[in-house]
Amino acid sequence: MGIVELQQVSRHFTKGRQTVEVLDNIDLTIEEGDFLALMGPSGSGKTTLLNLIGGLDQPTSGSVEVAGQQLVGLSSRKLAQWRSRNIGFIFQFYNLLPILSARRNVELPLLLTRLGGRQRKRNADVALTIVGLADRARHKPGELSGGQQQRVAIARAIVADPRILVCDEPTGDLDRETADEILDLLELLNREHGKTIIMVTHDPKAASHARHTLYLDKGNLVREAA
Amino acid sequence: MKSFPLIWSNLFRRRVRTFLTLFSIIAAFLLFGLLRSIAGAFEMGVNVAGVDRLMVSPKYSMVDGLPISHLAQIEAVEGVAGATHMTWFGGTYQNPTNFFPKFPVQPRVYFDLYSEYIIDPLQLDAFERIRTAAVAPADLAEEYGWQIGDRIPIEGDIWLRGDGSDLWEFELVGTYTVRDDESTFASFLFNYDYFDEARIPETQGIVSNFVVRVTDPDQAGEISARIDAQFENSINPTRTATEEESNRQFAAQVGDIGLIMNSILSAVFFTILLLTANTMTQALRERIPELAVLKTLGFTDRRVALLVLLESVLLCGLGGAVGIALSGFALQALGPELEGFLGQIEMTAATTLSGVGIALLLGVIVGLNPALSARRLQVVEALRK
Repeated sequence: MGIVELQQVSRHFTKGRQTVEVLDNIDLTIEEGDFLALMGPSGSGKTTLLNLIGGLDQPTSGSVEVAGQQLVGLSSRKLAQWRSRNIGFIFQFYNLLPILSARRNVELPLLLTRLGGRQRKRNADVALTIVGLADRARHKPGELSGGQQQRVAIARAIVADPRILVCDEPTGDLDRETADEILDLLELLNREHGKTIIMVTHDPKAASHARHTLYLDKGNLVREAA
Repeated sequence: MKSFPLIWSNLFRRRVRTFLTLFSIIAAFLLFGLLRSIAGAFEMGVNVAGVDRLMVSPKYSMVDGLPISHLAQIEAVEGVAGATHMTWFGGTYQNPTNFFPKFPVQPRVYFDLYSEYIIDPLQLDAFERIRTAAVAPADLAEEYGWQIGDRIPIEGDIWLRGDGSDLWEFELVGTYTVRDDESTFASFLFNYDYFDEARIPETQGIVSNFVVRVTDPDQAGEISARIDAQFENSINPTRTATEEESNRQFAAQVGDIGLIMNSILSAVFFTILLLTANTMTQALRERIPELAVLKTLGFTDRRVALLVLLESVLLCGLGGAVGIALSGFALQALGPELEGFLGQIEMTAATTLSGVGIALLLGVIVGLNPALSARRLQVVEALRK
């Protein structure tokens, strides 16, 4: 049994009288410790699939079981609590809070734990050290480069030690060299820290860092390759 | 409060806007502290007035005056233990900002009736004996640096002298204090006989009102009715009330102080409510993706709503606390200036607590709608913005 189990998952959106079928009867299993790239053209359903796995959205039909928890039917509150324990999110545009320092940004997920202030600071510093930004803890996002901001976002994603990292175009806003650094970092987290990584990308070079690549087209799984 | 740094940072994200809003709230609560304390001073005057004393005033208007001949008839009314008269003098000492009440009185009878006023018997003798004599509250004398024997010139505005002059001169022969600060309306007092003889003959024999001490305070209502019945059909009818009621009626002639103050404050707070609500709504609109990120990280809908609500409460609470504190300092600075006119003005615990309570309530009202919007925010849709 995989850490992610999707069975007959469909997701439809209704716009006026029109129903848009974004995902159609998807079956998918992702093993723990995998590094999976999700590729496909725009509108193919990649981000929707990622949102379902990350517990941000609910399917129209089907079953979504992640990290041993059936997500379908969970209340908004329980989903939020589950996300805080199991999922780390990394976005294309970093989505850091501009008013907080790097350390405070990284500390955010720990505000939902019982850890005291000192322990939270210590854990945030460890996460920043892992991503190579220990010396930038006091800097605000506006004072950091794009690559550094994404590293802070990765530190925020791993600080609560989740089992799964969900990455939506993590290198989409970065130059090649910086993108490679970020991808190397994700590989390290997968290899050395055992994180299961599911990454949406348009970039074949980025996908080459993954162990598996999944192609989506018009809401269907069209190809899976090792 | 783990999320406090987050709330605090969010509050000062747009510093100029936040400070402008904060200054508006501070100004509103500064006004609140001052106006409520001034209204409190009026109420305090009402509360401390003696219950065993009655005030006989002209029935229709305080400017009409009453003939001094009423005094003998009042003294003859059953239940009256003693009576005297008072006349509002007005007048200016040196400049109009030096305001303090001034009354020509019958020295000994007046101090008998106002037993809470304490004066040296020798000074009271001098007050009674010397026709141009005056006595002043000790703190008033200290404020203006008056010494016994000083001559105090007062420029009359209501009452002119028979020789056409408006300059009245009094010799300070004593000072008095008020027992236990029982009343804050202690006045500059001078000899009625001198005043009456010296004023324009056409105005002689007219006084503002009479003060009556009753033998039994429980009978005050009946005694009032008996006094007014005496003059019901005269050309100078009276209205008799306890000092407390009389003070209220005086305040009512000036205007319903409480209503005026509350109306001003309501308008101010309504404006502040709109202004702060606008600030909070804008702040929320700018932060929708960030709130969505918080929800993505695992912050529940309720927790995100609480963060927004607490931000609003913090803004209003901070503004309210600073405003109330500033009004306390302002009253300390201005209190001595206003005391002569309004009596003792101070920031009471009730005013402070109600100010803080209103500030927090304002924060809740202002923050409620943005907080509910934040609660309803759909993560997936918000992240796309």
